[in-house]
Order: sequence, then structure tokens, then C-alpha cells
Amino acid sequence: MAEFEPILLANIAKPDSHTRRVYESTGGYAALRKVLGGQTPNDVKETVKASGLRGRGGAGFPTGLKWTFLPKDHPGPIYFCLNADESEPGTFNNRYLMELDPHQVIEGLILSCFATSASTAYFYMRYEYPLAWKRVQQAVDECYEAGYLGKNILGSGYSLDIFLHRGAAAYICGEETGLIESIEGRRAWPRIKPPFPAVEGLFRKPTVVNNVETVACVRHIMDRGADWFKSMGVPPDPKNPRDAGSYGPKLYCLSGHVNKPGCYEAPLGLTVNQLIDQYGGGMRGGKKPKAAIPGGISMGLLKASEFDCPLDFNGPGKYACLGLGTAAVVVMDETVSMVDFLHNSCQFFAHESCGQCTPCREGTAWSLRLMKRILAGKGRLKDLDLLLEIGDTIGIMPGTTICGLADGAAWPIKNAIRKFRGDFEDHIKRTNPEGWMRTDPVPALDLVEIH
Amino acid sequence: MNPAPVRKRVLTDEMVAKIKAYIPRYPSKQAVTLPALHVVNEALRHVPLGAIVEIAEILELSPAQVQDTLSFYGFFKQDKPHGEVRAWVCRSVSCYLMGADALLNRMCDRLHIHPGDTTSDGKLTLEYAECLGACEHAPCMLAGETLHTSLTPEKADAFLDNL
Repeated sequence: MAEFEPILLANIAKPDSHTRRVYESTGGYAALRKVLGGQTPNDVKETVKASGLRGRGGAGFPTGLKWTFLPKDHPGPIYFCLNADESEPGTFNNRYLMELDPHQVIEGLILSCFATSASTAYFYMRYEYPLAWKRVQQAVDECYEAGYLGKNILGSGYSLDIFLHRGAAAYICGEETGLIESIEGRRAWPRIKPPFPAVEGLFRKPTVVNNVETVACVRHIMDRGADWFKSMGVPPDPKNPRDAGSYGPKLYCLSGHVNKPGCYEAPLGLTVNQLIDQYGGGMRGGKKPKAAIPGGISMGLLKASEFDCPLDFNGPGKYACLGLGTAAVVVMDETVSMVDFLHNSCQFFAHESCGQCTPCREGTAWSLRLMKRILAGKGRLKDLDLLLEIGDTIGIMPGTTICGLADGAAWPIKNAIRKFRGDFEDHIKRTNPEGWMRTDPVPALDLVEIH
Repeated sequence: MNPAPVRKRVLTDEMVAKIKAYIPRYPSKQAVTLPALHVVNEALRHVPLGAIVEIAEILELSPAQVQDTLSFYGFFKQDKPHGEVRAWVCRSVSCYLMGADALLNRMCDRLHIHPGDTTSDGKLTLEYAECLGACEHAPCMLAGETLHTSLTPEKADAFLDNL
């Protein structure tokens, strides 16, 4: 296979890569000039649809199709929200783009807004990215100066404003309707769907919410065409009628026990082994791998023997993981206890559950209490079944919650216990030799004492 | 006998102007809630209840609406200002795997505080964070606007020494 040449990360190593001057010197805003010079919003929509681009934020929904759900000939306003609330543990690809090549994101955003006939875009960025915040604000200012934003852009008659909106450290704001509620100034409680945002979203108007990397891809699709985009990646699995294929380049975030953690770009479909060996410089200290998160902690766990898993939209699901998610791979070596890992995962979701749906609020909180009890040497084998019961009953899939946060909390529980049950049983028997086999109820006060 | 005490204004004219400048950006004034909370928090390092009432007046909301939104985010302190520097040590999975827990404990022990507390001299508030999105630099810490990467005990000590 010919050496893959980075697309999204092509310019990040250039000095001042975040400035308009450098961006334009590498062909920046040519796609925008071309599109505004003669194409219709529908042309852009059709091109993106034909490219097979799927959302990079985690759910992998086809982007062009999402845009077509907007009502036809709507009098407006239509709103566009850019989701830069990247908070999934292990994920930092959007930070790379916003810090090192923000104009690429903004050009893609303008093109996406044009396609959807939005005249106002809210750029919702998480609080924890101060450098990205500064650079994106500078880039937006530069665009107003250059006439890429504002009234009558490049004489086309199309007008657009982009406003930055800063989050306040809440994971749930990355859920698209949580994000909408947060912009509206309320608690970021996800909404019951339908209606979907395309019909009734921000300020009760038709709304599109897309991820940062997704719109960056739109920029390149409009520059180089749908066929070019489709020449990379993996076609649909003929055995899976619901697979829409995994086309284009993807930013993979690699962290954990590897020699060279970082953000790497490759066509969709790279395997975990390839990512670790060809990009990550192998395992740290020559240790053996034990497990990896395939795409952000919500996606569950792969065993080391499953590292041949291709990281495309269809791959991790075949290994009982939730999906590709954000393609953020976190590698754990043989020294890691899965009991400790699951405690860390439960701690995250108990902290970030927004509290709206009882199964999620209570399920995440009680799974953390159970994990604390197990870590404190008071675990019983029965606790594992209880944890699995929580895992199997919270989330959109069993139909008990409004959003997918609980599915994300459930998957690490289910994968860790089902794939590494021996680790858990050994720990419980070793640390609780007197009581591991007990099945009588635990007095409530004993539970309270532990935390 | 004495007239009712006049409530002292919390927001300065400058803060009010900054908040009002956000209003044209949104079709609803309530959408300015989060930007307004950030304006006040940046200036006062917390958002006292008095500020909630004044923000509500500007945005034509009930103070309860503003307080409801604020209380959703664990981010804004209300009882007293956070330290001159507010630092977050990431505890999520990548940083955890690289020793973040021990690091946070070490820093807290040195300062004689618990995570979330402010030092008695008011210089530093030290908290844990869920994923800071800098996993390639694990373990990491965000102090004010500065990201401290690949932290070691020595780097953490140096950070505390230089406060």
C-alpha cells in the first residue's frame, strides 16, 4: 500500500499553522471560494452525501443524511452548532485541530452552514481548552477581516456569523441535545427524541449539530471531491445491511502504555495492533499488552488477543464493544488490574451522569459504590452479577434512559467483567477470604461507611 | 428605625457591559446565562448569590433560573473565591494509568488540603478533573490557562515551589 499522506494533519507542523496567512498559503479557503462562486447548498449536501462521510463525534451517523432531515424550504432561521465539547476519556483529536489548524475547521464549518442554509453558528467549546479557545477566536476574527464571515460573504449573497460559546466542564454537554440545552442557558439535560434537532432543536428551530473533525472533513471533500474521499477506508460489510461503510481519513488518539502516545491520521480501518506498532512505537518498557479501549472509555474493552480489531465503524462491534466511538485508543499493559480500571471507569460515569434519568443516576452511582466495596476488600462474587445486571439494564439500548451516557457507562462494566471475570474473582477471593461467597443482603450502614 | 440596608452591588459596570454585549448574539436572553456566569467568575473567582440576582435582572429571568443552571455545573464556586491559581489534575483513564492518583495525593499532602480545597494563603485551589483531553501528555494538569504535561513528582513539586 502506498504511504498514506496526512490530510487533516497535513499542516500542523508548519510554523504559525494556526494563522490565516499560513492556511491560505496551503490552499486554504479555495474550497469556500469555489463553492460560493457557483454551487448551491444542495450541491454541497449531495457531494457530502455521496462521499459517505459519517460523523466523527462518536455515533457515526452519515453527515449528508443528517443534513437532509432539515425541513425543505424552511423560512429560517436554521441553526448550526459545532460540537467542540470533546470530553470522552482518551480523546483529544479535536483539540489538535483547533489548536494547530483552526482555519481548516472554520472553512469546513462555513461550508457546512452554507449547505444547511444556516446563518448563525454556535461553536460550543469545552472549558478545558484555553489555547484552542484563543486560537479559534483569533481565527474567527481573521475570517471577519477577510470577508469569509459576516454579511454577503465573498459577494455571494450568503451571510454567516459564528459565535463561540464556552462550556463549564460537563461531559453531558457533548450529547447534542444536552449541548442545545446548555446554549439555551438551562441545565444540560438531554431532550427526549423525537423531535430530533433537525426538526426542532436550538431555540425550537431546525438545528444541525456536527463534530469538529466532521466539518474539517467537509472542507476536504469540497476541495477534492466525493470520489477521492471514498477512495480511502472500508466499504460496507456485505453481511451487515446496516453498515454504511467507513470512508475517509480518521484521527486516532493513542494513549496509555505505549512508547509514543499521540494523535495519528490514517484511513479508517487500521487495526489496534497496527496503531500500537506502526504509530505508537510499541508497548512501553517491552511489557505485554493486556487490554485496550477501542474508541473512548464508553466503547468498552478489547482483550490483547482481540487487537486485530479494525478501527472502522463496523469493527469494534464485532468484538462485543459498543462501537468505534471517537477512535481514541487507550492501551493497558499486563500490570493493570481490571478491577482498578473498572473502578476508574465507574468513577467517571458516576461523576458525569447528569442525574435526569433514574436508571443512569442510580446505576452509575451504585456501580461505583460496588466497585469501591470490592476494592476495599469487602466484595462478594454476587456483586459481579449485580454489576452486570446494572450494565444490562441502563441505557438507550434496553430503553431505560433518554441519552446514551448510560450505555457508555454500561459497556466498560459488561466488557470488563465478561472478558476478564477471572481478574475480578481472584481479587474478591483474595481480599475477602471470609465473605466472598456470602449472598445475604449487605446492611445499608455498612455500605455508607465505605464512602 | 434604620432604613432597610441597601444591598451592595456585586457586579461592576464593566461586568454588566460585558454581559450585555452577549445579548445580541442569541435570540433569547436566557442563552446569555452561561456567558454571564463566566464573566462574573473570571472577575470574582466565584459567583456569589448576589451576582445571581443581578444577572437575573439583566437577563429578565428569575434568580432561581440562573441558580438552577449554575448548580448543574460543578464548575462555579459560590461560597468563597477559588485560589489565585485554580489547578485541575486529570484523573481519567489515560492519566490514571500513568500515575495521576498518586500525584494528586502527593500534592494534596504537601499542601495539607483535600482535592477541591484552597490553600490557607489563598494562592491555590487544587482539584481533580475528568479527562482534560491531553491524554498524549498523561499525566497532566491544567493550572489557570497553562497545561502542565507529562507530570512527574519533581515537576509537581517545582510547580508548587513556584506559586
